[in-house]
Amino acid sequence: MKDIKSAILLFIILTIICGGIYPAIVTGVAYALFPNQAKGSFITDKAGKELGSSLIGQPFSDPKYFWPRPSATSDFGFNAMASGGSNAGPTNPDYLKTVGDRVKALRDTGVTGKIPADLAQASASGLDPHITPDSALLQVPRVAKARGVSNEIVIKAVEHSIEGRQLGFMGTPRVNVLELNLMLDKL
Amino acid sequence: MNSYEWLQIIIFFVVLLALVKPLGSFIAKVFQGERTFLSPVLIPYEKLIYRISGVKPEEDMGWQRYAGSVLLFNLALLVSLFVMLMTQHLLPLNPQKVPAFTWQLALNTAISFVTNTNWQAYVGEQAASYFTQMVGLAVHNFVSAATGMAIAVAVIRGFVRRKTSLLGNFWVDMTRCTLYILLPISIIAASVLVSQGVIQNFSDYKTVPLVQSTNYDKPKLDDKGTPIKDAADKPVTENVVVKEVQIPMGPVASQEAIKELGTNGGGFLNANSAHPFENPTPLSNMLEILLILLIPGALTYTFGVMVGNTRQGWMLLGVMLVILVGCFGVLQGVESSGNPLVAKLGVQSINMEGKEVRFGMAGSNLFTVATTGTSCGAVNTMHDSLTPIGGMIPLSLILLGEIIFGGVGSGLYTMLAFAIIAVFVSGLMIGRTPEYLGKKIEVREMWMSILVILTAGITVLILSGIAMITPQAVASMANPGAHGLSEVLYAVASMANNNGSAFAGLNANVNFFNLFGYLAMTVGRYVPAIAVLAMAGSLAEKKYVPPSLGTLPTDKAPFAIWLTLVILIVGALTFFPALALGPIVEHLMMVGT
Repeated sequence: MKDIKSAILLFIILTIICGGIYPAIVTGVAYALFPNQAKGSFITDKAGKELGSSLIGQPFSDPKYFWPRPSATSDFGFNAMASGGSNAGPTNPDYLKTVGDRVKALRDTGVTGKIPADLAQASASGLDPHITPDSALLQVPRVAKARGVSNEIVIKAVEHSIEGRQLGFMGTPRVNVLELNLMLDKL
Repeated sequence: MNSYEWLQIIIFFVVLLALVKPLGSFIAKVFQGERTFLSPVLIPYEKLIYRISGVKPEEDMGWQRYAGSVLLFNLALLVSLFVMLMTQHLLPLNPQKVPAFTWQLALNTAISFVTNTNWQAYVGEQAASYFTQMVGLAVHNFVSAATGMAIAVAVIRGFVRRKTSLLGNFWVDMTRCTLYILLPISIIAASVLVSQGVIQNFSDYKTVPLVQSTNYDKPKLDDKGTPIKDAADKPVTENVVVKEVQIPMGPVASQEAIKELGTNGGGFLNANSAHPFENPTPLSNMLEILLILLIPGALTYTFGVMVGNTRQGWMLLGVMLVILVGCFGVLQGVESSGNPLVAKLGVQSINMEGKEVRFGMAGSNLFTVATTGTSCGAVNTMHDSLTPIGGMIPLSLILLGEIIFGGVGSGLYTMLAFAIIAVFVSGLMIGRTPEYLGKKIEVREMWMSILVILTAGITVLILSGIAMITPQAVASMANPGAHGLSEVLYAVASMANNNGSAFAGLNANVNFFNLFGYLAMTVGRYVPAIAVLAMAGSLAEKKYVPPSLGTLPTDKAPFAIWLTLVILIVGALTFFPALALGPIVEHLMMVGT
């Protein structure tokens, strides 16, 4: 009997500590030290209007924009309310057809050679904000042509937006597609 | 692997191993009731908690009462979480007005979080309110982890104590574990995660305009919500233009830290640690992997300290490390060489399906082996889309019984059961009485060890067999052929071993998986837990047998090699047929066509 009382009371006390006090402390620290990150790393324009989060990718298909990774979120790609991957198995015929279609779409824009894997295969979150520098560079001619500017200007923009490995050795070099496209729109 | 990836992996393991000793001795101090640097701050609160809840800290429990307290506490957790999930629409902090769970899903989710499994058959950003996540699920992340660690420590006491039936006080073990170990590390880890971009707020979901609007074909529904079909039986659709998207918000960082640290793995958001708001940078990724392996690794040292011979702990850690690194090597190899069927289409030959660019190959694969070697089950990669042999690696790590670092506490006590089996088998081979850590291994210990090791395995094989003849389970598969079998096998294995990751294409929110999964998670958690406590009870009553010439030394390399072989042989004998029909057949089909 005594143990039943302890079980219930300890559960209530630990709920108050771990479910109330702990998140309150973390929120306090987060807002004090890293308010922008805590709120979602939003990119704002000069008037303070939120243009999107630098961490959450957006869908692009217009030739004048760099295209992001394929996204398998439900309803439409980069649906932030339905994060997730395709969960397609490696031998699934539907999946292989989808990849084939993506390759064809890129070939139609004049891309030759091997297609970088990140441009042909969908991300895990469906919201991956990045592509590899290779994937960005092979899109340069299309973007430059659609915008009527020289390749060099677009290459400069890409090179400017390459993020290196964190602390010099972690992860892979990458390009944030939303930030790059917003920058191009400002040129 | 390129040189950066080598450097990243080597630095990671150096950091992990450097933390084992300091954290392991700290954990030993906490459970042995000694003073630590946190004592001046925490002792008054600790005493207050005992006073309010009527716990007498000096009271020691026999194994029956210890196990009874574990079950009572877990029952309180289960009932409260079930009620919370069924009533979340009436509770506060629900800015998105999400409705209540169905009772089947609520039951499955409640046992899932109470048993440290964190199998999720719901989409976090759509189905759970902030209150549910923070006051319900996150709390269970703490206490289910503390429960596992308390049991592990009680088992160690069984080896250490002599001629007594007492194993410690569960309430004290659990409270001290939460206050001194889990909370401080979580606060630090959560703050670092926020610095990387993990969100922590209580705002409504944000609506942002898309730079370029998009569109999709939305199936038309009739009044009852069923899709309307045309004369040719095709669904009727209308084209919808999307000009803005909603972005979920919430107190993610506080949950993220304990989710990894307590090897829980239940994501705030559906994509789990692949979601940029849960795991935004390569650094946050490495930190999360470190948190997953940290306590299970340190507990081996705690074990060594408490049994009075730290080599015993290093030996166990060595076995875990060898198998983990081996699995990482295979996974890294097959994922880097990619899918030949995709390469044929003109794509670069590495497998990026279900992976995020920022983590890189090594960061994705290390997370995958860490999360399945332990009972964490968080994912930064969609395991369903790994190559066939790649997918077999996390599946095998789960099937081995969550001992390669393992769940916090549960990994250590399951590993100890394997050590006892290894000692016993070698005793048979060399004709000596089996002894482990100065305690004779007899019939009762063997029974209990076998229960610990085989319960999950038998549950997996029986339930996957039942699943394959149940139309509802078969219809849940997302991929055809051998891969579909792998999905079901993985789901059942993940639940029975309290992992919680998935081949997530499987539609798990159906009665079969919700209710059989409930059964698998319950059996997989509590049968081994009670069995090891019963074993600890009988070990504690035995007298100490000093090592003699005939004793097999269990702190030396030969035993480590032997233990590794026993683990691999038991695993292979139990599961090879099932693996042959799933991933291995799929691999042959992939390379053969």
